[in-house]
Amino acid sequence: MSKHNSLQVSDKTQREIENFLYLQAEVLDERRWEEWLDLFGEEGIYWMPASGEQETGEGQPNIFYEDYHLMSMRIRRVEHPYAHSQTAGHRTSHVVSNVMIQHEDESSGEVLVTSRFHMVEYRLDDQRYFGGKYTHQLRNSGSGYKIILQRVDLVNVEGPFDYVMQVWV
Amino acid sequence: MSLEEYKDFSSLVSPERVHKACYSDEGVFEQELNKIFYKSWIYVGHESQVPNPGDYWTTWIGRERVILCRSEDAQVHVLYNRCPHRGTLICNNLHGNARKAFRCPYHAWQFNLDGSLRNMPMKQGYEGIIDLKDPQLQMKRAARQATYRGFVFASLSDEGEGLDEWLGSGGRAAFDDICNRSPEGECEIVMNCFRIIQHSNWKIFLENQLDAVHPSITHHSTGDAAAQQQQVFKQKTGQEPPIGYQFLADFTLPYEKWDSLDTIGYPHGHTVLAGYMGLRPRDPITLAHEAVLEEAYGAERMEEILSTNVHHVLVYPCLSVQPALQQLRAVRPLAADKTLTEIWHFKLKGVPEGVYERSLAYYYHVNSPSTMVNADDLNNFRACQDGLSLQGGGDWVSFHRNYGQDPINGGVTTSVTGMSEQPMRNMFAAWKKYMSA
Repeated sequence: MSKHNSLQVSDKTQREIENFLYLQAEVLDERRWEEWLDLFGEEGIYWMPASGEQETGEGQPNIFYEDYHLMSMRIRRVEHPYAHSQTAGHRTSHVVSNVMIQHEDESSGEVLVTSRFHMVEYRLDDQRYFGGKYTHQLRNSGSGYKIILQRVDLVNVEGPFDYVMQVWV
Repeated sequence: MSLEEYKDFSSLVSPERVHKACYSDEGVFEQELNKIFYKSWIYVGHESQVPNPGDYWTTWIGRERVILCRSEDAQVHVLYNRCPHRGTLICNNLHGNARKAFRCPYHAWQFNLDGSLRNMPMKQGYEGIIDLKDPQLQMKRAARQATYRGFVFASLSDEGEGLDEWLGSGGRAAFDDICNRSPEGECEIVMNCFRIIQHSNWKIFLENQLDAVHPSITHHSTGDAAAQQQQVFKQKTGQEPPIGYQFLADFTLPYEKWDSLDTIGYPHGHTVLAGYMGLRPRDPITLAHEAVLEEAYGAERMEEILSTNVHHVLVYPCLSVQPALQQLRAVRPLAADKTLTEIWHFKLKGVPEGVYERSLAYYYHVNSPSTMVNADDLNNFRACQDGLSLQGGGDWVSFHRNYGQDPINGGVTTSVTGMSEQPMRNMFAAWKKYMSA
């Protein structure tokens, strides 16, 4: 990944990518689960490594490492009437910023983009804060962008977690 | 009885019920630290956590902060994380490598990796005043330290049974059942510790681990979701879903299945819940695992090892171990209503690579910070703690299920049904003994 300034891309591409990331945050905060799943390509993966140094999620511990099926399972669980830890209300609000396109491959339609996020979560009279970095590997196959891999590096990745994370961050 | 009225701890515990103060009262908690956590053996870590000289991990024994480290002569040590000069924490990171010596960040007192004083700046200031060889000027060692099959324990008390005797056959089974599954008889830690804070008393977690009534209720949503997704997976891909799906689907087994399990209560509160997950399918990985074990131990012993069917072993008061899945959760009580769990898993040495996939899948689905299982457990624990902290509304916690029906033989208690609250009664019998000593 580039350690220098972000790639110079057209304003149009920059805006398209930003809008995609904003949409993902909005869909997540509004629990529009089918739209969330639809943002991922068929083989798309949501990955939160257990360490900032991890280069792959395969064969090692992760905080999240979910494909279409595991994400679908998680949706089924949070929407289940007996998911009692969801009944007290579980709300989030994401802000995404610092959107920098690191790499663009026009032949394959692939884009590598990094951004920063802040998220607050409310549940059972408590508010928690999360922050970190998103790295999206996106592909535009003509009908808009799809996520091939979304990497989420939490600032507090190795810290003790006060409670767990029921949905994606 | 109000929380202030109890005089001795035995009045808080009857065989079939215990007073809420056992969970919610800070005074009781302080005494638990003194009488249980600072007297018994506490799991500190695994030898493979500190493979090289200078490696260290920090953790807790009760509220004491300790260091597990390895010195240049390959010995493993358990030291208090405290500089004898001004009391500063010496290792402020969770883990790292201290090279040849620990160095206090405040005044640069330096200590060898066995805790002995190595050097300090401007030593002449102490000349004729204090002998720098005085043991009081060393990083203090845990009073006792012992290792069972690579698992390191420490006791902050000089007195008491040795580790092997204290573990007994019940406690030792946790580690034997992990290590025996390796043809080399050893396991190796995976260098990742998930730490999760519970807003509840440490005993609530231990009780829940052996509570076979709760899974189908607490985890109903997750079990259903996993079972449904298994079907979708098969339809969409034409393949069997990964084993992790089954781990989750198993949480909604019918009551009859849970009721058929065995629980076994050993002295000192160590307790076993028999297994229910079918962990011996006839897939190629299992067969390859069988082959390496048979070569190492012979067919009969291999059969004996792999048919050991234990789901949970509690090493009271500090550990919940799942040997067949090579994972453990260490319990670090921080306050009456706050508990840290340190969650680890292990690789078996000398087995086919695929064997680890099961352990990793369980670590992910059940034990990671994104777990859909403990999400609901932790919610219950907090609700229990909040309810038990109320002054009114009742004083007692009930452990009446199948009370009076537990067969006892040679100090070992079995249960008539898997759903019996015998494990909780067994743990509280040990609690009462510790607290009355």
